[in-house]
Amino acid sequence: MALRDSYGLFIGGDFTGGSSVFKTISPATEEVLAEVTLGASDDVDRAVAAARHAYEHVWSSMPGRLRGRYLLKIARLLRDRAAELAVIETMDSGKPVRVTRDGDLPLAAAHFFYHAGWADKLGYAGFGPAPRPLGVVGQVVGWNSPLLMLAWQAAPALACGNTVVLKPAETTPLSALAFAELCAEAGLPPGVVNVVTGDGVTGHLLASHPGLEKVAFSGSAEVGRELARACALSGKGLTLELGGAVAHIVCADADVEAAAEGIVAGVFIGQGHVCGAGGRLLVAAPVAADLVAAIRRRMLALRVGDPLDAGTDVGPVTSLTQLERVRELAASMEAAGGARWSAPCELPDRGFWFPPAVFSQAPFTELAGPVLTVSTFGTPAEAVELANGTRQGMSAAVWTERGSLSAWLASRLRAGVVWTNTVNRFDPAAPIGGYQEAGFGRDGGRHGLEAYLDIPGMVNV
Amino acid sequence: MTHRLYIGGAFRRSDSARATEVRGADGGYLASVALASGKDAREAVVAARAAFPAWSEAAASRRGGMLYRVAEILEEYRDRFAAEVRRATGGSAEAAAAEVDAAVDRWVWYAGWADKLGQVRGSANPVAGPFVSFSLPEPAGVVAVLAPRDSALLGLVSVVAPAIVSGNAAVVVASERYPLPAVALAEVLAGARLDAGVVNVLTGEVAEIAPWLAAHQDVNAIDLAGAPGALADDLAVAAAGTLKRVVRLPDADWTAEPGLERMFATMETKTVWYPVGG
Repeated sequence: MALRDSYGLFIGGDFTGGSSVFKTISPATEEVLAEVTLGASDDVDRAVAAARHAYEHVWSSMPGRLRGRYLLKIARLLRDRAAELAVIETMDSGKPVRVTRDGDLPLAAAHFFYHAGWADKLGYAGFGPAPRPLGVVGQVVGWNSPLLMLAWQAAPALACGNTVVLKPAETTPLSALAFAELCAEAGLPPGVVNVVTGDGVTGHLLASHPGLEKVAFSGSAEVGRELARACALSGKGLTLELGGAVAHIVCADADVEAAAEGIVAGVFIGQGHVCGAGGRLLVAAPVAADLVAAIRRRMLALRVGDPLDAGTDVGPVTSLTQLERVRELAASMEAAGGARWSAPCELPDRGFWFPPAVFSQAPFTELAGPVLTVSTFGTPAEAVELANGTRQGMSAAVWTERGSLSAWLASRLRAGVVWTNTVNRFDPAAPIGGYQEAGFGRDGGRHGLEAYLDIPGMVNV
Repeated sequence: MTHRLYIGGAFRRSDSARATEVRGADGGYLASVALASGKDAREAVVAARAAFPAWSEAAASRRGGMLYRVAEILEEYRDRFAAEVRRATGGSAEAAAAEVDAAVDRWVWYAGWADKLGQVRGSANPVAGPFVSFSLPEPAGVVAVLAPRDSALLGLVSVVAPAIVSGNAAVVVASERYPLPAVALAEVLAGARLDAGVVNVLTGEVAEIAPWLAAHQDVNAIDLAGAPGALADDLAVAAAGTLKRVVRLPDADWTAEPGLERMFATMETKTVWYPVGG
């Protein structure tokens, strides 16, 4: 699975050229990795038409059992090519190769293995005896975990009988294109999966395309809202995954070392590039000093550097735009009186680097990046109020040794996912998604199928 | 007789002190109802939000029991409700009585769901690693419900009961065409001692009240059943600004047994992970 110099668009089973190209670079070295095609309006039209053709003539009438076989083939290829795909993902996104190799890739394959098994069992999923797919689905994928997010959106869509047009993020197109190559190798019927690369305009063209029955979008809240408005009028189905910081709640009786370990791993390793990214730490006052000290100790041990080095913990931020956002945010937090601490580290000259930072006495943020904000609380009830005082509500992690307290906190926290004494655990069988402005809809598990089936009487949005 | 709004468990006039006449099917004057303003709508949201914690944290069977109690009282007042329906819609006495019976049955059907939702739409997730994970449906919070315009009672209960049985608190905008049965329902809810603020009933003009609710940041979901097409589009767009869950189901035959969509559309799924280890 070698990296090519240039890629066309994957439409109707083949790579075809477009009218203009752009370059994708390594965020670690700023070197050009490949030339990629900028999808224009007619390219998006072609892709949707190819997906429609495949849906009507091949995929929607194919027995679930056979659809499942194709998904199994894709799963096996993801598993067998994991090492090479991890390298491609790391080069393009900046995520450390240890993370892509040990985390993103196995999970992406797991999503396909899991959903392959649903393809012929949809009648048992609790949505009626013979639920039908929606049709053609557009999926605009984010940059934080490009291949993994593609997998967790495409696998259920395909298992349910839909065909897809995927649009990876502008700065991280390569793993999606490699995925397209895998689909061709798996012999997937042409047009069932299509990949159109491009920028925000391309994404908008896809998301607003009248030929889609549904759009799945992961990205910024701003764009998510715009899409929600557009879909409200067009009647298209919509699911949104708009991210948000993980709220960590460390109680007075927590295992402080374990919490520090989990928080540092969750917030900084991989630069916070997960959908529950960045972190807001709410710590019980009595253990705050010890916890911050333990976090700093661990941050001192973090290795920031070349993401292709298997010993690296923290790679570059994925793009210059994102780096500028993180820098701006950090500056505004300092201006607001926040105290910033970063472990001293040498940063390479080239590339988009931001040293992991902890802020105290600063307003929290939902930004995805290697930034942790720290506040203290008195009682668990206060912690809940602080944690819930956000318009998002993606995920939370609760640190306590008392089961009854973790159960109480889990029941009160308004977040789509609550982890106890751990963080950033994902599994294709466990639904994820946000409350309120972190998005709507769930991916994964039996619940995640709902978004890709035509449930009688239900109009999404 | 000028009927009042039902907000936070109390009956009171509209903040704007306006009222409007309600005419029956024969054109005759029946009563007057308050015209709720945007301020009333906002106060109703505050009351609903205040009621939400206790209502959602109550045992599911307690919520079911409360809804069953409401059904008992509805049945006690069957004749009064049938008269209201008949005066409003002008049909036969039999049809009105049948509608009331269907409404009671509908309410009872929803009451029974309170303590079963998690079993039907929850899951144990077989995750990899030393963890136990499960997913359960939870109420979204405060739900705005626009009662169907052209149904005197059956449509009303068919949108209110599913909104609250899971633990949501509701702000209900009564049918503009048939507001009196909604007022009577509010009286029944008060008589059953449903927790204050769990259901709030606003009478008035849907086009005036609903936009406040659709744009309100503290309303988590909105059921557009009572909004005509163009207004529903506007409200859905307004709701998108705060990423509310928008319930926009196709026009229902209210006599048919409902599916589960109305209940689950105003719920969220929460997934939890617990570590397993000695």
